[in-house]
Amino acid sequence: MSIEVRIPTILRPFTKDQKAVAADGTSLTALISDLDAQYPGIGDRLLENGALRRFINIYINDEDVRFLGGLDAQIKDGDSVTILPAVAGG
Amino acid sequence: MSLTISRAFVDAIVEQSRAEYPDECCGVILGPVGSGKAERLKPMVNAAHSPTFYEFDPKDLLALYREVDDRDEEIVVIYHSHTETEAYPSRTDIAYAGEPGAHYVLVSSRKEIAPAIEFRSYRIIDGVVTEEEVSITD
Repeated sequence: MSIEVRIPTILRPFTKDQKAVAADGTSLTALISDLDAQYPGIGDRLLENGALRRFINIYINDEDVRFLGGLDAQIKDGDSVTILPAVAGG
Repeated sequence: MSLTISRAFVDAIVEQSRAEYPDECCGVILGPVGSGKAERLKPMVNAAHSPTFYEFDPKDLLALYREVDDRDEEIVVIYHSHTETEAYPSRTDIAYAGEPGAHYVLVSSRKEIAPAIEFRSYRIIDGVVTEEEVSITD
């Protein structure tokens, strides 16, 4: 199973500048683990102490994973995953 | 490095900051990909509805990036207002700045300087803030 993962500009240094990469996993946890195996270091930019970072948004298709069970969100063939840094500040 | 922006956009952003006061306001200016030109103003909702914080709603954020992709645009400017402090990036602004290619514009409408406003632009890359010149065109 291969899932397209769209990578934001700020994380492209990890993916040799590729805007989209392929990764495997039936849950978000597994997908991030596969991404990190292919692109070492990227996992740490998505997770903090084993949880999703507050100011990174990950979507499965059109839905924010926070509404799909977070790291337990299920991913199936044909889904697409988009990672976007929050636009936020004080 | 500098930001070139139209007087109409500056006025619209200042107006938005006043309309949403005391909350911070926010938005983007888009331009053709690779051009660096600030051509299309798009005010965004501050989902935090706060005088000390702003955040694009995650759903709006995804829609924005899809729209930008579909139109072969890029985010040229990300702006927000400070209502009580100067127009300089706060610690959280720096920590969460996620678009190394964007101009981060800060507008301040704090009381001490009213009716004047501050309108300043920065690059924020890897935690390093560099102020840049703003040139306003008519």
